Amino acid sequence: MQDNVAHPDAPQATDRVVQLRGVTKLYTRGGEVVRVLEMLDLDLPRGDFVALMGPSGSGKTTLLNLIGGLDRPTEGSIEVDGLAIDRLSSAALGRWRADHVGFVFQMYNLLPVLSAERNVELPLLLTKLSRRERLQRVHTALALVGLEDRARHRPRELSGGQEQRVGIARAIVTDPTLLLCDEPTGDLDRKSGDEILDLLRALNQEFGKTIIMVTHDPRAAERANRTLHLDKGRLERQTH
Amino acid sequence: MNLRNIPARWTSALVAVIGIAGVSLVLVAVLSIAEGFRAALEFSGSEDVAIVLRRGSTDELTSGLGQTSIPVITDAPGIRRTAAGAALVSPELFVIVDTKLRNKDTTANTPLRGVSPMAPRLRKNFELLQGRLAHEGTNEVIIGNGVAQQYEGLAVGRIVRWGSNDWHIVGRFSDRGGIAESEVWADAALVQQVFNRGASYQSARVRLTSVAAFQAFKDALDRDPRVNLRVERETVFYAEQQQLMQKLVSGLGWTLATMMGLGAILAALNTMYNAVASRVREIATLRAMGFGAAPVIASVLIESLVLGAVGGLLGGVLAYLLLNGMRSSTLNFQTFSQMTYAFTVTPRLLLTGIVYGLVLTFLAGLLPGIRAARTPITTGLREL
Ligand SMILES: Nc1ncnc2c1ncn2[C@@H]1O[C@H](COP(=O)(O)OP(=O)(O)OP(=O)(O)O)[C@@H](O)[C@H]1O
Ligand SMILES: [Mg+2]
Repeated sequence: MQDNVAHPDAPQATDRVVQLRGVTKLYTRGGEVVRVLEMLDLDLPRGDFVALMGPSGSGKTTLLNLIGGLDRPTEGSIEVDGLAIDRLSSAALGRWRADHVGFVFQMYNLLPVLSAERNVELPLLLTKLSRRERLQRVHTALALVGLEDRARHRPRELSGGQEQRVGIARAIVTDPTLLLCDEPTGDLDRKSGDEILDLLRALNQEFGKTIIMVTHDPRAAERANRTLHLDKGRLERQTH
Repeated sequence: MNLRNIPARWTSALVAVIGIAGVSLVLVAVLSIAEGFRAALEFSGSEDVAIVLRRGSTDELTSGLGQTSIPVITDAPGIRRTAAGAALVSPELFVIVDTKLRNKDTTANTPLRGVSPMAPRLRKNFELLQGRLAHEGTNEVIIGNGVAQQYEGLAVGRIVRWGSNDWHIVGRFSDRGGIAESEVWADAALVQQVFNRGASYQSARVRLTSVAAFQAFKDALDRDPRVNLRVERETVFYAEQQQLMQKLVSGLGWTLATMMGLGAILAALNTMYNAVASRVREIATLRAMGFGAAPVIASVLIESLVLGAVGGLLGGVLAYLLLNGMRSSTLNFQTFSQMTYAFTVTPRLLLTGIVYGLVLTFLAGLLPGIRAARTPITTGLREL
């Protein structure tokens, strides 16, 4: 935000929320170097809803993890909202994730021993909010995903689609800059999957959330504003 | 995914809890013996009773009082007297005789104490349970309740042979669990004669006019050039008497607990590694949200510590249910005689069991916890 004030003549900079420059990611496995991402450049404007597609093993999860600050590039720079996250210490990166990123996982990754409400509350435990304020936010988030009446249910008392909606509530409860979803409908039947996609679309259109969604399903990708294809470590843009 | 893990986790958690409980049981059981010694000896001592030994002796066995010391002691200030004016002093000697143990083929050292008729009035918990007191100058003896339970053929009305003499058991007494219960009391003069002790004693017990009278009594004897004596409050003397045994037994308890503890740590370690392995993705998810290493390690440790607390308490409670109040006897290496005691499981010992369980599981939880916190988040998230 300070950048915006500093460069009033550069509107593109204000709108750009993610900027990757020359990002390369290598893994070494058994002495062998696997080149997953090669000199990748990417710019995403604020409020975008992008689908990320590509064959299995093409590096979609790797790219998402880099943007979300779960991993570091071997080379290149990653800026989110003007902050070079690749230069943060791991403690600072943890705090940054808590403030700026919401993750949605294919397998929901809810804590089975906690109620929906408690699961959604988890990210807020890292904030300074009072218990009352936390609960207020939790209920707003649960209402947004249409699960207010399931607040006290444990994950195993919910359907897959409901579990994923709890997962989304948990991801948005901190009002993050970025919503990163790795195959959010990959484990759901078509109907539940469509409901999740409707929800993501609503979050993007009504609340202006910037969303990056990895998916294998072209129908899911159609719901996004545009689709990026990742292949052999390189991105090709495709709009529709 | 977690439902599937629960049965496997349960059995492994159970193994850890049982392991810790076993260690805690042994620890608490052995320490309760030491506690029983302490209780018996502490309970037996009175603040207003002094024991007089030869200077430099640490116990009655190594002490010796010549005939001439007795009148000096009896004349010292601060001694309580009966209505008839007799000083409450009991010169005593202490020999060890062999008696066959009940239900065993072995014999054990029984303390036979030669006493004066004042002796019962110098033990605060003395109570005649059966029969009568012995007549002075006869071969009559009375036996402590612990003795009656431990040895074969010791009962009121029976005659036993110790030394070159037949002794007639005429009474049985309780010391409410105190150490006099482990003794047989006979006439001092006859014991001197039968065991060739001449006219010497080993100790004298004295009841004082008050707790405060002790210092004057001690000072008078310390200053008297005719005698060379050590004067101690009975409570202090007993505390000293049981120190060695308590150390030995506690040492044994902790040695056993340490050895068994290593085994229990391995069981708990295995449980915690399994627990962590089955939650790698959960932990990675929390860390993706921004939770740091500390809460992750803490959550693993807490789970481990819960197992430790449950196991430690279980072992302590088992020790309490199985052993508390049970009477047994053992050789007191300091007096070389059998001493009866009751396993005494105190709340403090229960706490010791729990704390030990916690220490073991803390060690067992730390490594898996650190490993969980060190696994890269991206690796953890890929885990199924
Ligand atoms: N920690 C790691 N160590 C070594 N290789 C890794 C590691 N993580 C990922 N890889 C490799 O990097 C490549 C890209 O993996 P990634 O998970 O990003 O692919 P993906 O596009 O998400 O695949 P999928 O569609 O199957 O989820 C794969 O070949 C994978 O085996
Ligand atoms: Mg993937």
